[in-house]
Amino acid sequence: MTRTFNRAMWMSLLLSLICLILVCAIPARAQETRVGKLTGHAAAGKQNYQRWCIGCHGPYGDGNGENAQWIEPKPRDFAAAVFKCRSTPTGTLPTDEDLYNSVARGFTNSNMPHWDPLTKQTRIDLVAYIKTFSDRWKTDKPGDILKIPAEPPVTIQSIAHGSELFQKLECWKCHGQQGRGDGPSASTLTDSKDNPIRPYNFAAGTDDSRFKCGNTNQDIYKIFMTGVDGTPMPSFNDVIQPNDAWDLVHYLRTLQINRHSKENEVLRAAGGKIPKTETPATPPASQPAPQPEAKPQGGRK
Amino acid sequence: MRSTKVLITSALLLCPSLMLAGTVSGKITYTGTPAKPKTIDMSKEPNCAKAYTTPPLTESVVTGAGNTLDNVVVYISAGAPDEKSAPSQAVTFEQHNCRYTPHVLAMQIGQELKVVNSDQTSHNIHPLAKLNREWNKSQPPGTPPLSEKFDKEEFIPVKCNVHPWMRGYFAVLKTSHYAISTGDGKFTLPNLPPGKYTLTAWHENYGTNTADVTITGNETKDVDFTFKAKAY
Repeated sequence: MTRTFNRAMWMSLLLSLICLILVCAIPARAQETRVGKLTGHAAAGKQNYQRWCIGCHGPYGDGNGENAQWIEPKPRDFAAAVFKCRSTPTGTLPTDEDLYNSVARGFTNSNMPHWDPLTKQTRIDLVAYIKTFSDRWKTDKPGDILKIPAEPPVTIQSIAHGSELFQKLECWKCHGQQGRGDGPSASTLTDSKDNPIRPYNFAAGTDDSRFKCGNTNQDIYKIFMTGVDGTPMPSFNDVIQPNDAWDLVHYLRTLQINRHSKENEVLRAAGGKIPKTETPATPPASQPAPQPEAKPQGGRK
Repeated sequence: MRSTKVLITSALLLCPSLMLAGTVSGKITYTGTPAKPKTIDMSKEPNCAKAYTTPPLTESVVTGAGNTLDNVVVYISAGAPDEKSAPSQAVTFEQHNCRYTPHVLAMQIGQELKVVNSDQTSHNIHPLAKLNREWNKSQPPGTPPLSEKFDKEEFIPVKCNVHPWMRGYFAVLKTSHYAISTGDGKFTLPNLPPGKYTLTAWHENYGTNTADVTITGNETKDVDFTFKAKAY
């Protein structure tokens, strides 16, 4: 009897210990980040945050640092856990790598510089610390990473079809017909905190011009497919098929008129004019249902 | 024999609560002077502007005769158990002539929300959630309805960034007992089992009011709410 009791006691003690380890490990894991072979630690990140980031992003990570009042667009609010540059669907958390790359790259057209001079370890530690400002990192996981198929060759046809999509999807309403960020809605745009924000001006800059979330064709693909959360730029992932998305990328490159690119070369070789196409856009995957239901229901009783 | 007894006892215990169901009804009014609705200039969106013979008005404060107030969500905020599951029927939010129909849409946590674009122009649906996930999706004309769900109780402003006058609300609630005042400021909450409840009335500009009510049986209780209007 005593023996059985002792065994039961040991078993329950062991179980309690396992539970304790698990409970302690979950928050600890949330404060760690991993990119490749790098592991970031929030405790180490805190010191660097207080040195490099606190001035704009503030002690509570809510974007209310002492410099914030002078800055447009406003510094990111890490407490809201809404992030612009993601490889994950709109409304979901980004991956550690997304945040790590954002720190290194900085944000063009904003006061966020690129932090390449910091060591990789420092950057990954900073990412770990940034994730302590919101409990969402404990309850949610990053969304599924967007799958980007291989880029097809740049042709005048793909550029022409992209141009058609630019019209059809009404990108020009904000970005303007020439992509100069001067569309009819441009002056009214505000971010999620009601601060004025400007649409991207594709025509500005030259070879070193960057997009907010990267510089490669894959990055452009990712930007409009996942959207730029916290800003007016929506996600188009549900409404553009991958091959159409690549055509749009090729066209967007031609709006960067002062940038040397394969797309601009192809356009120049075609006489500088984009031909009109008859190619219909691939219908969205979940077609058909273009007709709305007769009357909205529910919600009112 | 024993199971029959259990059945009879259960029936006796359950029946009164099944049979007795009260109703709370009332009227929403305001005091003071509300801001006048503003006209919306849709000239930048000719696809929608042509649908109106007279300029459309903002809907942030919609009033009726006798100082009644519309678009107020009245719901049981305390006293009722949280719903175990969401209804299977979806609620629909329509973008029609560059307006949201309805202006305020209530739903339960986990209930399917369908967003429909009936216009010949692109919209982006951007719920500015703080407790729920904030997402932002484009919906060009002719694309299928979007399907989404929210998992936390919250009043969420919704906007279309392309058309800045488009602003509505999602009321995501824990309870199935809710109503929205329409037309004459009236609301009705039927099928309330006996119990003590707190009712909350929410308006997008005027905040919340609460009232306690006790339902003892088959009865209708009148509960009116009065909001203080702001002139700006």
